[in-house]
Amino acid sequence: MLYLNDQKLSPSAPSGRSILEFIREEQQLKGTKLVCREGDCGACSVLLGSLQADGKLHYQNITSCIAPLANAYGKQIVTIEGLNLKNGRLNRIQQALKEAAATQCGFCTPGFVVALSNMALQKAMGKDLSPKDALSGNICRCTGYKSIERAAKQIFELLQREKPDLQKLVQLELLPRYFLNMPQKLKELQHQQSSNGQPSFQHTFVGGGTDLYVQQGEALSLGEVSPLCSQSQLSGISVKNNTYHIGAATTISQIREHPQWQKDFPKLHEMLRLVASLPIRNMATLAGNFVNASPIGDMSIFFLALGARLQLLHLAQNKTREIPLEDFFLDYKKTALQKGELIQSLSCPRPDAHTHFSFEKVSKRTYLDIASVNSALKICIKNQHITEARLAIGGVKAIPLFCKKTSDFLKGKELCSKTLRQATEILQDEIAPISDVRGSATYKRLLAQQLFFAHFIKLFPKTFKLKTLLA
Amino acid sequence: MKNIDSDKHLRGESLYLDDLPTLQGSLHAMVFASPTAHGLLQKLELEEARKSCGVWGILTARDIPGENQIGNIIPDEPLFAEKEIHYRGQPIALILAESREAARQARQKIKVEIEEFPAVTTAEEAFEKGMFITEPRTFTMGDVDRAFAKCAHVFEGKTFTNGQEHLYLETQAAYAIPAEGDQIKIISSTQGPSQVQKAAAQVLGLPMHKIEVEVIRLGGGFGGKEDQATPWAVMAALGAQLSRRPVKLVLSRSDDLLMTGKRHPYSARFKIGLDENLKILAYEARFLQNAGAAADLSPAVAERTLFHATNSYFVKNARLSVYSCRTHLPPNTAFRGFGGPQGMFVMEAAIALAAQKLKIEARHIQQANLLQEGDRFPYGQRAEQALARKSWETAYLHYKADDLCRKAEDFNKKHEYIKKGVAFMPICFGISFTNTPMNQARALVHVYRDGSVGISTGAVEMGQGVNTKMLQVAASCFSIQPERIKIETTNTTRVANTSPSAASATSDLNGKALLKACEQIKKRLLKTAAKELKTNPQKISLQNECVLIDKKDSGLRWEELVQTALLQRVSLSETAHYATPKIRFDKKREKGRPFSYHVYGTAIITAKVDGLRGTYQIESVQIAHDFGKSMNTAIDLGQVEGGLVQGLGWMCMEELAYDKNGRLLSNALSTYKIPDLFSVPERIEVVPLEDEGHEAAILKSKAVGEPPLMYGIGAYFAILNAMRAFQSDLEPFFNAPMTPEKVLTGLLKKQVKNKPLHVEKRQIG
Ligand SMILES: Cc1cc2nc3c(=O)[nH]c(=O)nc-3n(C[C@H](O)[C@H](O)[C@H](O)COP(=O)(O)OP(=O)(O)OC[C@H]3O[C@@H](n4cnc5c(N)ncnc54)[C@H](O)[C@@H]3O)c2cc1C
Ligand code: FES
Ligand code: FES
Repeated sequence: MLYLNDQKLSPSAPSGRSILEFIREEQQLKGTKLVCREGDCGACSVLLGSLQADGKLHYQNITSCIAPLANAYGKQIVTIEGLNLKNGRLNRIQQALKEAAATQCGFCTPGFVVALSNMALQKAMGKDLSPKDALSGNICRCTGYKSIERAAKQIFELLQREKPDLQKLVQLELLPRYFLNMPQKLKELQHQQSSNGQPSFQHTFVGGGTDLYVQQGEALSLGEVSPLCSQSQLSGISVKNNTYHIGAATTISQIREHPQWQKDFPKLHEMLRLVASLPIRNMATLAGNFVNASPIGDMSIFFLALGARLQLLHLAQNKTREIPLEDFFLDYKKTALQKGELIQSLSCPRPDAHTHFSFEKVSKRTYLDIASVNSALKICIKNQHITEARLAIGGVKAIPLFCKKTSDFLKGKELCSKTLRQATEILQDEIAPISDVRGSATYKRLLAQQLFFAHFIKLFPKTFKLKTLLA
Repeated sequence: MKNIDSDKHLRGESLYLDDLPTLQGSLHAMVFASPTAHGLLQKLELEEARKSCGVWGILTARDIPGENQIGNIIPDEPLFAEKEIHYRGQPIALILAESREAARQARQKIKVEIEEFPAVTTAEEAFEKGMFITEPRTFTMGDVDRAFAKCAHVFEGKTFTNGQEHLYLETQAAYAIPAEGDQIKIISSTQGPSQVQKAAAQVLGLPMHKIEVEVIRLGGGFGGKEDQATPWAVMAALGAQLSRRPVKLVLSRSDDLLMTGKRHPYSARFKIGLDENLKILAYEARFLQNAGAAADLSPAVAERTLFHATNSYFVKNARLSVYSCRTHLPPNTAFRGFGGPQGMFVMEAAIALAAQKLKIEARHIQQANLLQEGDRFPYGQRAEQALARKSWETAYLHYKADDLCRKAEDFNKKHEYIKKGVAFMPICFGISFTNTPMNQARALVHVYRDGSVGISTGAVEMGQGVNTKMLQVAASCFSIQPERIKIETTNTTRVANTSPSAASATSDLNGKALLKACEQIKKRLLKTAAKELKTNPQKISLQNECVLIDKKDSGLRWEELVQTALLQRVSLSETAHYATPKIRFDKKREKGRPFSYHVYGTAIITAKVDGLRGTYQIESVQIAHDFGKSMNTAIDLGQVEGGLVQGLGWMCMEELAYDKNGRLLSNALSTYKIPDLFSVPERIEVVPLEDEGHEAAILKSKAVGEPPLMYGIGAYFAILNAMRAFQSDLEPFFNAPMTPEKVLTGLLKKQVKNKPLHVEKRQIG
């Protein structure tokens, strides 16, 4: 059961049906558009509202074209139709967009309205979302964005001024009135559902679906799936003995918004802004990124450098085992995961006072693009010497690469240009990129070198200069 | 006035083709296309697919009652391949099934055997092999060879600009519904309803009056639906004709990317000669256009390249030639700018090269050569109301260009890893279809007895705001409230034989026709009013829904006037025709006056390059643009910003990639990147030129659809200039788009040469 806007429904569609098809075909709500079917444009944006432990409703925007209906059970799907005011007038967001002449062909427009409504709802939940971040998943081919940005800024300023809660959002005509009743309604829904909420693991495991539905959405849409995001044993972030324990179904957004992580990694927000877009990060899980095993998986690179270990659970045998992340990747899209096994959680040490961390990514388009090459470095420095180094580079081999030789070489060396010049030669030996649509092999080699240098130049600008490193 | 569709768009209530309610009994169509770029079809096995669940049937060339031909300019394009395969993605068969899913499953069961031949994917290769669409064309002015001999500086170079995917958000789509007898109604997402009608009639073997084509609106077109909406509409119509059931054909994004053509990639060679004072004395360019596998609109696109090959500059001696080369890619087609941008890029490259070699800034050469009143273009037309210099000076002063350049230099002195580059981009774009007969339009106006008005023209609304402008034309003519006016769908039974909505000329052509029709009705209404009020028609005027006598309210209201006219049996409907005056072009001499007028402007682009990572950001684009007397500043500004950003995308990040077998590699939004919110300049500023506007433009408001795209070309050169700030002796290269890959490899070329990333040798060992 779920809510679609203010309507309670018990969908007859299979759990694997994409939310977009469910909305457009089964429910005949045509305001949400299909453009790319791969999460890359935001024309299909909807909000997903779910009840939190504290009884409050938490909203986030997602791309409905690659999200399974299963991930909306017990929740509220909000479409453009559900954001319209009942009296036929434009709501405040729509009004601002109209005033700014921010709609031309109009095909992208409902998606932008949804994304800005999300910005408003985040504010009501106490989170500041910049207009750019709010719209990071939306593509428009007509306007050139400036008019949209002008409208978004106006709404942003209104939110900064008013600091609205849900009640106020309704008062300001940013949302229709029925939103006020949704927490209560979802609570009731949850009570009705809790009885039959047994986890089932017999179908394809789906985390956020952001890889699976891009690859095989049409087939999955016909049948049932096993959703992992609703499994409590796969979620949550905790710290024990200076070690992070993270549920496998934790999303990239949850990491990015986690207060302790933000404290430990002051640049976290910017680093993870380079990964996909807001709606994709809201859906994408860490385990999904690892299991997909793309050689340029950003989270794989990130956690390889952090020295993560995976806890794997064999379901039928109810057995767990643990392996370091670097041993998980065997070959192109091949992992150590056995049949019937799933990733339950991962753990990694917290950085200490001597630890520095850097993440670099270069792609054709800076945001919402897959890397040509990405890299992460964790390094500990004591007395100008490297006491520990973990370098990971993506896009340069068939797997997300933990550069063991380079990392080993760096350990114990003095932090100086000579060390890096030697290290980069070893690094070039460790990688073997191929030419593809994201760049030629030569370019990727160059980038690997440059990003390796970039880590150090950024972390220790006084010590390193590009000219010396290239000499 | 804001776009009249705004409210519906914003509430998600606008209907696009795929949003129309599906009629009972509708079939869903899906195209089976060639997996090979070049070859001979040996065997097509459809049996298993035909037996697949929910399949009504599968159509091929054999099922066509009329002609298997949809070519527009040249009849060289079959609807379905019969024997010869010319590109990967060429339609071979059409599956009709009860649902999209059933069609998809059936498609997987089709087997095809093709004897494969090598594919030609680049214009150069086709040129060498003599594979052409049409005869080459050459425009000449002056004595080029003699002029070169006199030049103080002569430079030669070559360029490449890649194609560009339209990426209209709404994919190609059509819905065909059988009507009484053998008639068919096609609802199509096309910019050219008459072309769809003509092609459908030809394929279905019916006269055109049995085919009705209707267009509601498009979710973006940009030229991609000018000619290339046709095959899908015709296929749907064929399906409806044979099944006598409604047939819906909506391309999936991946099919759309695979099967449709794009902006033409161009390879070019140029030679430029200057005197001591930086005057361009001679210019020669040879363009190789990659037309793809069929003519489509390529000859017209090629022509427009020549028309724009000297951009905003006066070049006394010019020789410009273009070869439309036939390759094994999907037929390339119209895209905002229509060959113009490709021509202008080469001119700018020639200037940039000269500037680099002469160790000066390109802007000095640019400025010295801007067109002046009365200067001739190489095709013989004189520049009238020339605003090249005015736009340059306006931009220069308004944006304090000298300061801007100085600040960039200071910045570059202070920053080691990031450098700025500034480039100027003047533009001059000719308005009119260069094929003179296409410059005509019609409009149909009904005033209903309650005073409301319905308007039909040949214009197709695709986001450019043409419907809003049409409404403004009628509202101002009748002086009534906009709410009284409805712009009808574009429909071939109401307005026939239309030119496509293209060439930036839609508002001019249809608006002028509409104005004529409205004025006819208005004349009759004024006469009626005069009779009713017992005065002279000359004394009557309309204002704010009131009838005035000698500018004073007569008490007679618009609604009453209309009622009265009806009772007096005065016609409240009118159709009018408009043909652009004073244009002509003689293709034999390659001279004439093809354009009604030109649009001018200048942009200043600032880019910031990260020399460590090879990434960059276009920081600002500051434009002085010639709107004429804009009739709708909100819409026109939207066209400038939107066009500019498309141009930036073409120049910077949109990288179309085919492998050598003609397989599209950039085949999804994940591999073909168009600008997002982050990648557009932080600042885009636009000042209008103070100008009277042009008589030939609707209400003196100049065409604005295409010209701004070409401001984007400046981004390439701004990035190149920033790279020069890292390395003053950087060898310039002209190979768009300027991706981060090209920036980094360009900047580190020396390093790679001197000290290769010694890996290649290890890989061998
Ligand atoms: C538009 C777009 C942009 C993207 N951009 C980026 C980017 O910038 N960087 C990047 O790295 N990635 C990107 N991705 C890829 C994707 O979002 C990530 O890989 C994401 O982390 C996958 O997680 P998911 O939960 O959605 O995986 P799903 O698609 O749900 O699953 C992926 C695979 O993992 C399996 N799986 C999921 N969870 C488990 C588990 N706990 N145990 C065992 N198996 C499991 C599934 O069965 C499936 O085989 C992008 C994707 C899209 C659509
Ligand atoms: S349709 Fe493009 S993100 Fe869903
Ligand atoms: S308005 Fe057309 S895509 Fe945004």
